[in-house]
Amino acid sequence: MSSSPRTLVSPAALARPRGRALYWAVFTAVVVLFALAFLFPVYWMVTGAMKSPDEVARTPPTLVPEHWHLSAYADAWDLMQLPRHLWNTVVQAAGAWLLQLVFCTAAAYALSKLSPAFGKVVLGGILATLMVPAQALVVPKYLTVADLPLIHTSLLNDPLAVWLPAVANAFNLYLLKRFFDRIPREVLEAAEIDGAGRLRTLWSVVLPLSRPVLGVVSIFALVAVWQDFLWPLMVFSDTDKQPIGVALVQLSQNIPLTVLIAAMVIASIPMVALFLVFQRHIVAGIGAGGTKG
Amino acid sequence: MTGMTGMTGMTGMTGTTGMTGTTGATAMTKTARRRPVRTSAARPAPAPPPPRGRGRRRLADQARAYAFLLGGLLCFALFSWYPAIRAVVIAFQRYTPGSAPEWVGTANFGRVLHDPEFAAAWRNTLTFTLLALLIGFAIPFLLALVLNELRHAKAFFRVVVYLPVMIPPVVSALLWKWFYDPGTGLANEALRFAHLPTSNWSNGADTALVSLVIVATWANLGGTVLIYLAALQQIPGELYEAAELDGAGLLQRVRHVTIPQTRFVILMLMLLQIIATMQVFTEPFVITGGGPENATVTVLYLIYKYAFLYNDFGGACALSVMLLALLAVFSAAYLRLTRSAEDA
Repeated sequence: MSSSPRTLVSPAALARPRGRALYWAVFTAVVVLFALAFLFPVYWMVTGAMKSPDEVARTPPTLVPEHWHLSAYADAWDLMQLPRHLWNTVVQAAGAWLLQLVFCTAAAYALSKLSPAFGKVVLGGILATLMVPAQALVVPKYLTVADLPLIHTSLLNDPLAVWLPAVANAFNLYLLKRFFDRIPREVLEAAEIDGAGRLRTLWSVVLPLSRPVLGVVSIFALVAVWQDFLWPLMVFSDTDKQPIGVALVQLSQNIPLTVLIAAMVIASIPMVALFLVFQRHIVAGIGAGGTKG
Repeated sequence: MTGMTGMTGMTGMTGTTGMTGTTGATAMTKTARRRPVRTSAARPAPAPPPPRGRGRRRLADQARAYAFLLGGLLCFALFSWYPAIRAVVIAFQRYTPGSAPEWVGTANFGRVLHDPEFAAAWRNTLTFTLLALLIGFAIPFLLALVLNELRHAKAFFRVVVYLPVMIPPVVSALLWKWFYDPGTGLANEALRFAHLPTSNWSNGADTALVSLVIVATWANLGGTVLIYLAALQQIPGELYEAAELDGAGLLQRVRHVTIPQTRFVILMLMLLQIIATMQVFTEPFVITGGGPENATVTVLYLIYKYAFLYNDFGGACALSVMLLALLAVFSAAYLRLTRSAEDA
């Protein structure tokens, strides 16, 4: 962006001394407000875990820990078995991401480019699931996962219980299909003339062209699994299999406050780090996804 | 979406480095040469290709198309379509896992309707949705409006406002549960610091629901702000200039330019927020456990209780069907809105 575009307030008004003073006053107010509302709670959490158990319960509270203890973080890591729960979460999120990319991409490609019989009906059926909010169906979904039809197997306490339902993501599938729709057919035909099969065309022509949308879908898939609570709470009754969010709530009752807070900080790090690394893309993706509907 | 091109690091799958086959390689170079010209046109592709011979060839094509569809279709069938049908079926059954289901007519609905928690859950859910609209709807719009005027530290504001969204909802809930502690919690410390009377927050029957709305708003407002910001940036500057020439003041410009220009996004986000807040579960489950005195039991929480505390899956499905029916109205409105925008 070269020069900032015209917005609500005119540049002329901002150039005047009064306008400039007002601008900086508003600017400062927003900085303070954001720091207090969004950064301070996070600061309170990170430093709260470094206070001693006495200090964290003191009133009035101390703004900065008197002594910086890291022991709560170490205790959380060991006592709450955070490595295991973090690993469980990683396994669940990675598998859901991979299966979603493979199956949603393949299905979207078929619907967009291979004109299957009844393709319209299938697409309609998939889009209809957008009308049915996921959370409202958790109980029958749970019963299905607990006893799969025909094969009568239970997926409870198995990462597959997260992976497979994640594939049934109409929103991501539709995003992919719409992107594939915009790849001109001639590009694919050229590949076919060169003797590439359907799979090879998908792999070496369609996917390289689709990097932007695959990035968006990847982020949506990862964040959705990492942030989900109700579904893993239902599906993983075995403490050893629980992802970090569920484990935190289950263990929060009988653990010292500072240790719990330290565990909360640790649980937040992966997604916050992912966000800070990819923040430009995520911010742009949300804006684009939101306004395009 | 073009801003996402740098994301390749995360999508290792999409790289072509694994390609070694010679045919594939030639296909790649040819298409790579064609790509810039053709794809820049980026218009919707025309209808299916001319049929290349009938009969077996077509059948093989269909088989291949369905091979690509199979995995996705199976998952949709098992985890979306089948559960949706099953919710309705089980709503009319006595269902305990392990034993044969038994048809009971509308008994489940009757039992659920006479549960004193039923009325409380719906009242709480609707109040929560309404409060979330009042608090969580105007604030993000105002924030976006102000942020759009600021010419410095833009990236900083966007990152900070979105930070709570990336914190796992469970952590946000536990964090605020600690803040709401009547004794040493940050919320009351802040009130004492300002010499204001302290509150029971999530522990008081009157204040619990509002306390949860504050948590949900804090945790989710970042996404809404970013979407509004993107919408605000698409308003042509000439509209503001013209309005100003016509003598429109600041508030009049908001009313006659900004709001009409972002009407679609506002409506869309409102519907999405209603759908999301009517399914609220994590905050009441983690912070209040539905209490005090059922003041924060929500419909989804009640569904969870029926299934996992009372082992009454029939009742849980009856409740689910009611929630579904209501949400479907909002979902349909949302879909119609977005589809019509696409066609436009």
